[in-house]
Amino acid sequence: MHIIVCIKQVPDTKQVRLDEKTHTLIREGVESIINPYDMYALEEGLRIKDRFGGKVTVCTMGPPQAESSLREAISYGADEAVLLSDRAFAGADTWATSYTLAKGIEKIGPFDLILCGKQAVDGDTAQVGPGIAERLAIPYVTWVRKIEEIGDGLIRVQRLMDDGYDRLETTLPALLTVVKEINEPRVPSLKGKMRAKSQKIGVYGTKELEADPERVGLQGSATQVIKVFPPPRLKEREWIEGTPVEQVGQLLGKLTKLKLII
Amino acid sequence: MNYFLSEEQQMIKEIAQKIADEKIKPVRAELDEKEEFPRDLLKVIAQSDLFGVCIPQEYGGFGGGSFENCLAVEELSRACLGVSTSFAASGLGAYPILLYGNEEQKKTYLPEIASGRKLAAFALTESTAGSDAGGIMTSAELKGNEYVLNGTKQWITNAGEADIYSVIAMTDRNKGARGASAFIVEKGDPGFNFGKKESKMGIRASATGELIFNQCRIPKDRIIAREGMGFIVAMKTFDQSRPGVGAQAVGLAQGALDEAVSFARTRIQFGKPIITFQAVQHMLADMATLTEAARALVYAAARFVDSGAKDFSKASAMAKVFASDAAMKVTTDAVQVLGGTGYMRDYPVEKMMRDAKILQIYEGTNQVQRNIIGQELNKEGGRKK
Repeated sequence: MHIIVCIKQVPDTKQVRLDEKTHTLIREGVESIINPYDMYALEEGLRIKDRFGGKVTVCTMGPPQAESSLREAISYGADEAVLLSDRAFAGADTWATSYTLAKGIEKIGPFDLILCGKQAVDGDTAQVGPGIAERLAIPYVTWVRKIEEIGDGLIRVQRLMDDGYDRLETTLPALLTVVKEINEPRVPSLKGKMRAKSQKIGVYGTKELEADPERVGLQGSATQVIKVFPPPRLKEREWIEGTPVEQVGQLLGKLTKLKLII
Repeated sequence: MNYFLSEEQQMIKEIAQKIADEKIKPVRAELDEKEEFPRDLLKVIAQSDLFGVCIPQEYGGFGGGSFENCLAVEELSRACLGVSTSFAASGLGAYPILLYGNEEQKKTYLPEIASGRKLAAFALTESTAGSDAGGIMTSAELKGNEYVLNGTKQWITNAGEADIYSVIAMTDRNKGARGASAFIVEKGDPGFNFGKKESKMGIRASATGELIFNQCRIPKDRIIAREGMGFIVAMKTFDQSRPGVGAQAVGLAQGALDEAVSFARTRIQFGKPIITFQAVQHMLADMATLTEAARALVYAAARFVDSGAKDFSKASAMAKVFASDAAMKVTTDAVQVLGGTGYMRDYPVEKMMRDAKILQIYEGTNQVQRNIIGQELNKEGGRKK
């Protein structure tokens, strides 16, 4: 099995601070980590490798310093790593990012399975995983909480839903995005850390990927962020107290009065 | 403090830290309560390669020494001494083979121990032989191509859980201490069984129990070194491992200190966090100073061991005795800083205080350590003239 795990370097969620003036994330001095959901994807990839053999390749798009997240993934057991980095990739939205990652995966070569976290904790879009699958024209399943079986070119999984889970089967190669319920990530190994120090990591830009310059980075982005702001605080607040039954009664009364429900 | 760790040493510390914080802390109270052996955690530790830290690379290890072992043990002990004891006891069981085993034995056993696939244990103590190791009753008799072992070992860490046991038994009772020999016994050897598992005051996650040898037959090439070397094997093993016990003590003390500081910063009495009161500050200051002094001594002793020094009994004993006395004091004071809260099982410090006591007892009581230090002083004094 060749498993590709897409990861993203994000600011440590435990240390997030906002710039009071610009309302953007302060990134200076904030430690970077691998997106926590991607750690579950990596762990699942490593477990599949432990069971069936093969190799795990990690891939990320980001600035040169994102290399450290790839080295970290190697310390956990990933075999190879690829960094997609180019000034031209800057400012990419999920549309351009999934295009670039898909090009990167084409460059990496044949694979059986792509694993992604369900979303990144900084952007929270959950669009890049499915976006990659669409561009590679392979099936995908989101919110996977368990892989039941792999074999004969098929994979059977459980997809976490609000009211339980779906059991789905699809052909390989496929892409899965995983939720935190799927496993408990391991700790890095000493041998992995030693290897992470010296392993060569391929770096690909627009040229190496033979990507369309019009479709990467800010230029290739279909959306544009006009402004980032914290939601305004509502001045008027009202507490409804009492037993749950009383609270529901009061709430119904208020909503009816405001003609929000009839 | 900066102890100028190499990049590799820093890695060992980071991995052990991660295991301690993410894997051990969430389950330590339950393991203690249920006296449950931490099999899953030992698997995690194995997967991270820490079992091989001080085993040479040619036998599948990382090739570190006593110091590297101390770094791993210290961090694990910060979270749970029961888990770290189970881990460290495997190293203790490996040392006789590492120090005195022949090439064949090293090739057979060390890679298994280094990978964590198999757990090891060391067995010296018996009901009649504690501090007085000469009181060993377990016997080993050469019969043809086999040694036949008879007797019972008690209070053996990892008993029943380990696969490989380094056992000290008498091959010639007439020679006293010089009649002891060391053997490798494997779980499953005919006539080798396990007795009762002890219920303990502390380190309750670790397994402590009896080894029972009843006409236990092992191939004669399982002897370590040669007949009569048993006590030397045991004493040299302890010289190697004692800084590790010191490191356990340092980690435990650090864990207790961290809990005490964090509690004192948030506990409000008389309208202020109690850390603003000098009475509390002075306790914390003494706890921190003792812990750091213990760490400095343990690291120095471990580095001395690794430097290739010939005789390090005194340094090893000093590290063990000072650090374990410090851990007893620091954990006791941590309970005091937390007050009534600290006495409750909801907080980890009462467990740390219970766990600390064993450090003053096992691998040679602190009284025995002082004997060793005193005898070395006498020897050194005699040499000066």
